Amino acid sequence: MITFHYARAQSVADAVRMMAAEPGAKFIAGGTNLLDLMKEQVERPTRLIDISRLPLKSVEATAQGGLSIGALVPNTDLAYHPQIERRYPLVSSAILAGASQQLRNMASTGGNLVQRTRCLYFYDTTMACNKRQPGSGCAALDGFNRQHAILGASDSCIATFPSDMCVALAALEAKVHVTGHDGARTIAIGDFHRLPGDTPHI
Amino acid sequence: MRRLPMASTVTAKQSQKGAIPTPEKIPIALTVNGEKKQLRLAPWTTLLDALRDHMNLTGTKKGCDHGQCGACTVLVDGRRVNSCLTLAVMKDGAAVTTVEGLASEGKLHPLQQAFIDHDAFQCGYCTPGQLCSAAGLIAEGKAKTADEIRELMSGNICRCGAYPNIVAAIQQAMGQS
Repeated sequence: MITFHYARAQSVADAVRMMAAEPGAKFIAGGTNLLDLMKEQVERPTRLIDISRLPLKSVEATAQGGLSIGALVPNTDLAYHPQIERRYPLVSSAILAGASQQLRNMASTGGNLVQRTRCLYFYDTTMACNKRQPGSGCAALDGFNRQHAILGASDSCIATFPSDMCVALAALEAKVHVTGHDGARTIAIGDFHRLPGDTPHI
Repeated sequence: MRRLPMASTVTAKQSQKGAIPTPEKIPIALTVNGEKKQLRLAPWTTLLDALRDHMNLTGTKKGCDHGQCGACTVLVDGRRVNSCLTLAVMKDGAAVTTVEGLASEGKLHPLQQAFIDHDAFQCGYCTPGQLCSAAGLIAEGKAKTADEIRELMSGNICRCGAYPNIVAAIQQAMGQS
């Protein structure tokens, strides 16, 4: 585990401000992926900005007849939500197909969207990885890669994106509403995750 | 004799980029097994390490320390979680139940009795996590059949292979609650 500073954000605006002030910081919600990566020294934030208590935990009907899911809704709560089970059961089955109930209780919807690859070479800091260190190479290309990408891969990176929930969201053409220091914007789920190309670190 | 570095010492890799000054310890309050505890912890202290090293509650075990084995499972505000992937400071104000808190007034929890009745452990290392996880599973109310119990207990592994007896024990405890 690395050493780091810790602070709790009091609002979304506060969180955005804190992140803009310290580029080496990272948000933490459920922490199920981030803390794992920090223990492996793959992620090394200087500060964790705790957003876990922000009021982003509801699932609400939208005027267009869809559903709006808060970024901090735990995976379990989303999977078992009556509106999700009734109207979008594929989201429920996708979530329940992954991880364990303990992890699903802790993990947030937003975290599930931005979780990192489980490529073993990404995790192993002694191995070449263009995602971790641009230009260092891709150890997976000539390594144990039976579970790596066959579609959308490049000579720089063959890592897959591990979220089951996002597969369901992609099928449902979900939109992701993001707030940053330039304000709010909406990103279609299909544009949210990037292909590696020759910049797998982005 | 060379002294081992303390957890707060900056690692060699970090010092290449410029050391961060050691953060202050953070005061937090946790209610653990019904008892209020006040602690001052470094932010990187996991709930697992807080329980074992700072509160002397060594019932909860460190198996993989990466959220994969479930030996560290405890209940936080009634929900089962992996304490190895939980930062203690993030749970300030929460109620935590560990295996030490399952029995009450000198009487074993129905799950603990059922684990004995069904020989649901050999070495016992996964057992505290199995018990807390099963308590969480029963509270969730989602598992009804043996297959559903197996699926929803998938976060707790047992190298001794006591699984069939663990499922039987959980079914017994469910029948009683």
